Amino acid sequence: MMDRAYKVYSIENGTVIDHIPTPLALKVIRILGLENEGIMTIGIGFHSDKQPGGKDIVKVENRELSHDETNKIALIAPDATINIIKDGRVLEKRQIKLPSEVREIMACPNPNCATNVLGAGTHFLLDNRDKVTYRCRYCERTTEVQADLLTAR
Amino acid sequence: MASFRDRSIVSIRDMSLDDLKKIVQTTEKVKKGELEGFLKGRTVATLFFEPSTRTRLSFESAVFKSGGSVFGIANPSASSQSKGESFADSIRTVSGYCDVMVIRHPVEGAARMASELIDIPVINAGDGANQHPTQTFLDLFTINEQFGRMNDLRIGMMGDLKYGRTVHSLTHALAMFGNELTFISPPTLRMPGQILQELDGLHIPYTTMENLEDARNSALDILYVTRIQKERFGDPQEYEKVAGTYRLTRETIGLLGEELRIMHPLPRVDEIAEEVDTTSNAIYFIQAHNGIPTRQALLGLVTGGLE
Repeated sequence: MMDRAYKVYSIENGTVIDHIPTPLALKVIRILGLENEGIMTIGIGFHSDKQPGGKDIVKVENRELSHDETNKIALIAPDATINIIKDGRVLEKRQIKLPSEVREIMACPNPNCATNVLGAGTHFLLDNRDKVTYRCRYCERTTEVQADLLTAR
Repeated sequence: MASFRDRSIVSIRDMSLDDLKKIVQTTEKVKKGELEGFLKGRTVATLFFEPSTRTRLSFESAVFKSGGSVFGIANPSASSQSKGESFADSIRTVSGYCDVMVIRHPVEGAARMASELIDIPVINAGDGANQHPTQTFLDLFTINEQFGRMNDLRIGMMGDLKYGRTVHSLTHALAMFGNELTFISPPTLRMPGQILQELDGLHIPYTTMENLEDARNSALDILYVTRIQKERFGDPQEYEKVAGTYRLTRETIGLLGEELRIMHPLPRVDEIAEEVDTTSNAIYFIQAHNGIPTRQALLGLVTGGLE
């Protein structure tokens, strides 16, 4: 079993995002705009006692994500955990919470919204933290956050 | 209260209670003739990317009455948008020609977007199904003019409560002041659950019902009637049936009380019988005319012509 000691390499410096519900790892990377940001290790479909559908893990090397960045993960993975790693040790275990506003990364589902017709950049304000609903600053409709509304920057 | 000077008026959601009171108080002074000529030297552009003759004329009349100048477009086919110019470019260009811009657009959020693109104030004269704040201001002014207050009233709303932006914005404002609300509509056109939840959160008492007759014991001070649009129904026969049920006549007014005031944002089709027009209950034409001093006051406040 020695060759299976770890399934995802540990990192010396960077950010580990664990407990992402499968299969949202790639979506998380896209939300964070990390596609071209250097080395990343991605694990998909690990067994998890807490997450019956399995969990994904993303390890971002040599980059300490900011609170604003990691909070975006709460939009689709509110139970994800964040560890900031420095010199091979856990420097910080971080809680994530829904951001009070969301720009650019989420699309408005209203086809008659200025963001979809006139080219306004999307901008949502948190409406209800418990229900995870956001209000579009333009058409003012509230929407539940769904993974397919979240797109790359 | 934030100053009104250079401020865009996009949505009722941006307004505080003090803001709404200030607009109503200023409108009162304008209507009494205490404030005049405050738009002298100011130029207003009315950009109507969707036709709405009555709202546009109301704004233009308001500008003339306050000594200002006004120009604009009345329909999109006459504008450079029909040549393919982007909305953003049109707005940026015209902003250099005027001191304040009044916009009506079929797309929801168009006025908000415009307000973010330019430095001069933008007034939203209707953006799709979203907002039409000056209608709410003139409704509030009319209520205050009739009752001397905007709180502690029993207000019924009847008709299309699902799609009508007017009743949504007015409900929001009336809830801010604290009023008791009654919603009368067919089941398919009920007030959206989201708005009812907001009322619950604000502890605003409200009742929903399907028949106007059921409101006979509600002791309503005001019945705000809106049009039920034919296109909301697939079956014309079903529409006729529903529309007939929500038609106001002298007889139904008798049922609701002699003191009842009837409001309507207009245009009216046949949801209020013409025989009602000559009763003392009907205040919808007074309401429509109040659009002038309300828009005068607002233009004065955002241009700095009024304090």
